[in-house]
Amino acid sequence: MAKKVPLQITLNGEERAEFVESGSTLLTALRDRFDDTSPKGGCNQGTCGACTVIIDGELRLACLTLAEMCDGASVQTTSGMAKGGVLHPLQRAFMEGFAAQCGFCTPGMIMAAKALLDRVPNPSRDEVIEALAGNICRCTGYEPIINAVLEAARANSHNAA
Amino acid sequence: MAIRRGRGVAAVNYPTGMNLGGDPSQALVHSTPTGNFMVSLSSVDLGQGLKQVMAQICAETIGVATDQVTIDTADTDTGPHCMGTFASRGTHRIGNAIIRAATEAKQVMLEVAAEELEVDAGDLETDGAGNIIVKGAPQKSISIFDTALAAHFKQGRSISGRGIFLVPRSFPETETGAMKPSTCYAHACTVAEVDVDDETGEVTVVSVKNVFEIGRALNPKMVEQQLVGGSWMGISHALYETTEPYYPKREHGGTDFNQYLMPGPGDLPETEIVVLERPAADGPYGAKGPGEMCANPQIPAIANAVFDAVGVRVDTLPITPERVLRAIKAQHN
Repeated sequence: MAKKVPLQITLNGEERAEFVESGSTLLTALRDRFDDTSPKGGCNQGTCGACTVIIDGELRLACLTLAEMCDGASVQTTSGMAKGGVLHPLQRAFMEGFAAQCGFCTPGMIMAAKALLDRVPNPSRDEVIEALAGNICRCTGYEPIINAVLEAARANSHNAA
Repeated sequence: MAIRRGRGVAAVNYPTGMNLGGDPSQALVHSTPTGNFMVSLSSVDLGQGLKQVMAQICAETIGVATDQVTIDTADTDTGPHCMGTFASRGTHRIGNAIIRAATEAKQVMLEVAAEELEVDAGDLETDGAGNIIVKGAPQKSISIFDTALAAHFKQGRSISGRGIFLVPRSFPETETGAMKPSTCYAHACTVAEVDVDDETGEVTVVSVKNVFEIGRALNPKMVEQQLVGGSWMGISHALYETTEPYYPKREHGGTDFNQYLMPGPGDLPETEIVVLERPAADGPYGAKGPGEMCANPQIPAIANAVFDAVGVRVDTLPITPERVLRAIKAQHN
């Protein structure tokens, strides 16, 4: 039985603390201890991107991140993006652009896109492709996803103007 | 040594559902006490959007709003039997079963309404906005809500219906071998343009232009989504996806999907999708099954484009650089 260790993180802006098994990944901790199942476990070895989260502003793969190393960190996941029932522009663009079929890759795609838009508010198509290159999708052929990210960027800049 | 451009075309004639028939699906429809409708199925929504389209079909048949229909696919132990969602059969087979079940349920609903309105059920129709009206005299009406309440608590009737759709098994005629492998065909044609590097053997898809004939598109946005994804998957099958080759032996091959190559967002060619609608005579509201077909014609179109570019037939998938180079070498010998 692995030793339990305390883990305190700011999860989507909320102070949270749970005991997690020493040596467990952040993905396991988020899904099993913090009840946030939005990051998905696909390959569990850093090749598919389904578990993508943002840690202290940086894009990270939760399946390759030790939970204990995140003590005190701020973690963002897709489940924290809608505010007061209002979807984030990325979520809205994914929905309206039919940028999902089975939906398994969607949380990771949205986090990868969010990290891009936080850094580059008006990305080029090539920048979007580059940002999504670590995330695998089997259903959509990527085209609707790329278009949704570009649409969200347009909606953002329109709101800012 | 040069990059050579080639163009290829391929067309597909694709049967909806299992070839040779013997391919049933069942549906059960019942109303709640307040006039919403439950559709019980054993069919599975894999992400293709089955639940949405089945709700549309039920709503259209009964004459209620789509959000008044709940599709329950919860349990294959207790639900009515379905062969499954494969072979591009979901919309066609299950949709037809739902039309039959919903038609039967609607008939009961109209009979209950007829009793309440003291008219003949044959004179009633739904208005699509939650009411049952007398044909030609819409001021005489009853809501579906009140009809369902009356059925449950006053008349003691179950507004429900059973439906099954079966394409019967087709056996070949002994003399001629003639048979009817399918009742419904979808069609597609793809033109692919590729660049082939005759030094490295690498094939780059420049563009794919697809025309799909799919019966009626019951949900045009979801159809488009499926076709765009399918077109990409066809390219993926043509050029990338395999558990081989690995050297020196098969045991060095990939053991999971992490070693399974698929194109990423940076590998997309210019893609064009055109949808033609030719409603199928036996399709639910004219729909055919485009699911599997949409990932098929890209493969021979790309193989033909490779032939057009460098003059070799690669007859094993995927069309890897190694296979292209071996074919070019064999041609020179």
